[in-house]
Amino acid sequence: MNLMMLLEMATDGFGDRVAVQNGADRFTYAELFAAAGAAADTVAASGASRLAVLDVNSLAVPLGLFTAAWAGIPFVPLNYRLTGTELDALLGSIAPAYLVTDVERSATLAGAVQTVVAREAFLQNGRAAKTRAPEWSMDADAIAILLFTSGTTGAPKAAVLRQKHLVSYIFGSVEFGGAAEEDAALVSVPPYHIAGMAAILSSVYSGRRVVQLTSFDAETWVATARAERVTHAFVVPTMLTRIVDVLVRDGVTLPHLRALSYGGGKMPQPVIERAMDLMPETAFTNAYGLTETSSTITVLGPDDHRAAAASDHAGVRRRIVSVGRALPSIELEVRDEEGRACAVGVSGEIHVRGEQVSGEYLGLASRMTNDGWFPTRDAGALDPEGYLFLEGRIDDVIVRGGENLSPGEIEEVLLAHPSVADCAVVGVADVQWGEAVAAVVVLHVGRAAEADELREWVKARLRSSRAPGRVEFREELPYNETGKLLRRKLRDELARSA
Amino acid sequence: MAQLKAGARLKSAVCATEVIVIAAPAAGADVQCGGAAMLVAGEQAPAGVALDEAATAGTTLGKRYVSPAGDLELLCTKPGKGSLAVGGAPLVLKEAKPLPSSD
Repeated sequence: MNLMMLLEMATDGFGDRVAVQNGADRFTYAELFAAAGAAADTVAASGASRLAVLDVNSLAVPLGLFTAAWAGIPFVPLNYRLTGTELDALLGSIAPAYLVTDVERSATLAGAVQTVVAREAFLQNGRAAKTRAPEWSMDADAIAILLFTSGTTGAPKAAVLRQKHLVSYIFGSVEFGGAAEEDAALVSVPPYHIAGMAAILSSVYSGRRVVQLTSFDAETWVATARAERVTHAFVVPTMLTRIVDVLVRDGVTLPHLRALSYGGGKMPQPVIERAMDLMPETAFTNAYGLTETSSTITVLGPDDHRAAAASDHAGVRRRIVSVGRALPSIELEVRDEEGRACAVGVSGEIHVRGEQVSGEYLGLASRMTNDGWFPTRDAGALDPEGYLFLEGRIDDVIVRGGENLSPGEIEEVLLAHPSVADCAVVGVADVQWGEAVAAVVVLHVGRAAEADELREWVKARLRSSRAPGRVEFREELPYNETGKLLRRKLRDELARSA
Repeated sequence: MAQLKAGARLKSAVCATEVIVIAAPAAGADVQCGGAAMLVAGEQAPAGVALDEAATAGTTLGKRYVSPAGDLELLCTKPGKGSLAVGGAPLVLKEAKPLPSSD
């Protein structure tokens, strides 16, 4: 298997359609295919063993992805926000590499890896191409993408996604040519995020035009969605919060947006409810996945959203904060510390199995079990109908006096308080209990709440052991640029100020 | 019967059809296209083999085809004139059950 199969099928099926556009710059499927073939020759001739792209969202990203597949070497999308020693360390770890980057960086990074090429030269080389014979390795075990994870908990690691994982993900979740001719997907997540990679692959296979946003900004996102008649988009929660603010402030609508999917972090319930109110014609999908699972493994689909919003039943209503059910191609189990399946409603570690699951990091031992299950290190619980409720990373679980407390459960309760706009619950060292519960709370503008009031609020809804002993108020919480809460940073700050 | 594994690719001996195996029975399967046994990579069509006029419903790019028992599923990566069968029984077009777009 090879990702080039997907682009070849798209080229055979609808080669004249626009595959991807960035402003006025664009590639049809046939042009992208031809360019990948030409670039693959150039990259192969350079002797590089990886193709890295250090860039904002540009046409070099999809071209780099398919060029690497054609050349039979890993594609490495790098975080363009990295600088100095962090970047040097990553570049050192992927040598010998063929690096595509913007003009400014191509000058400063010359010599850092084997070959450094400016984005425009890379695109130009491809555009000048004649179509060459479609020949590439079909080694399903070859590495397609090396993705350095965001590293909210330490040094960056490179997740290994092989051809078989990504091709299986697309075959298992996308209908070939399923998009209508006018469909367009707005891609604003950065290329070094698994959702950015998955968006390209899903769109190519379904025949949906990708409209790239160079980098996310809510005003530009809304303006582009309107101007390009965008029908589909994926956003992380922090993006949706800002998009909703712009829609309300400017009084504009998104009349063409049929489907909005979100994931990559916990979506605050008030934000999704507000978005559904503002966009009654839009179908919402919550997608849960990890880099190591080639993107999505569970979805809360549009029907689930509507059913939850319309239901009188508390158990059904609550599903609006779930991540839905496993894809048909994925097996999912919640297991306790002894590895036994948990009963319905009981928290444990989420395990998944399926063709798209890699569970592998470069140079590290695989975490997969012998029978192919991947322990995600995410905590969660299933409801009677298989809806999954996430409770945060296992490593974030607070152990207070021998009792395991889930930050997610306490955060959900705090967020339901009318004055609370955002919050994070973390464990802090405690002489008496080992760990104690601390809550960092952001209040809505113009609303007030005292620490005691929030403690009582939690105590009244959960057991008293869950009530935060320490409550701090802040203007905002620390998130990375793709919306992941930086818990480690919060824990460190709280420890210092204790 | 020929061993078949998910991910394997087969090519028609008598038309342009190419497929990839999505699911296959553990016991293997003898897959035909256009009335002739399909070939694996590098295999040459036997001399004199020709398209069976009774098996020319054709294949469509990107469509999935399943056996009557449901244990064999093929995805068409190149369309052609021949139609697909397993052990002589025609495969049927699998109706798409689209998932919500998640990325």
